[in-house]
Amino acid sequence: MAKIYSNASPKQHNLNPKDETISFLLNYSKALSVINYNKLKFEALLN
Amino acid sequence: MKTELIQDAELVTNYINGNESALSVLIERHKQKIYSFIYSKVYDSDVTEDVFQDTFIKVIKTLKRGKYNEEGKFLPWVMRIAHNLVIDHFRKNKRMPKFHNTGEFSIFSVLSDSTLNAEKVLIKDQVETDVRRIIEELPEDQKQVLLMRMYQDMSFKEISERTGVSINTALGRMRYALINMRKVIEQNNIVLTN
Repeated sequence: MAKIYSNASPKQHNLNPKDETISFLLNYSKALSVINYNKLKFEALLN
Repeated sequence: MKTELIQDAELVTNYINGNESALSVLIERHKQKIYSFIYSKVYDSDVTEDVFQDTFIKVIKTLKRGKYNEEGKFLPWVMRIAHNLVIDHFRKNKRMPKFHNTGEFSIFSVLSDSTLNAEKVLIKDQVETDVRRIIEELPEDQKQVLLMRMYQDMSFKEISERTGVSINTALGRMRYALINMRKVIEQNNIVLTN
């Protein structure tokens, strides 16, 4: 069988975002509301 | 297990209708793919984290603004956003190179020596030799136009006068010269960068 001499690519096992990032996104989503006014859309972040 | 049964499209609709937990399911379901995709491009976990976050901020905004049109392709759409943000990241870095803080301040990280070092001189020579060899392979008419344009810095008007052809023909020859050079470079896997 042919030998492969190329270097193995560095493996990153933990390829997942941090929990804080996910929780930030979920909180951001909860806080964001889009207000429609006369065909205009306003974003409001309500914390 | 139950969440797996709900299609992305349905979750997106639920989310648009105000069900916040649908977003959580969508993120859980696709976070690994999206994160790995970004990481495979930027090779930096901090940057990946930032791009991942920005991607979903964009997703959230678009969904909440009702601008998303469902075609059953939630993941490819998110991947597209991530891809565009990765490009933005590289563009930004090109304009403003990142300052790597290694703990101690080094003046050489701010100042750079614009003269080429020995290795770069060698590479530059090699690249130039390769380019000249590729040019030699070109048909005579294309080679003539390319040499006049690139090495003698002549305008296409001057080239057309010198070679006795129309400007359009000269432009066409230049175009084909470049196409042919690219072809040779690709076929022979020549690397012309330093």
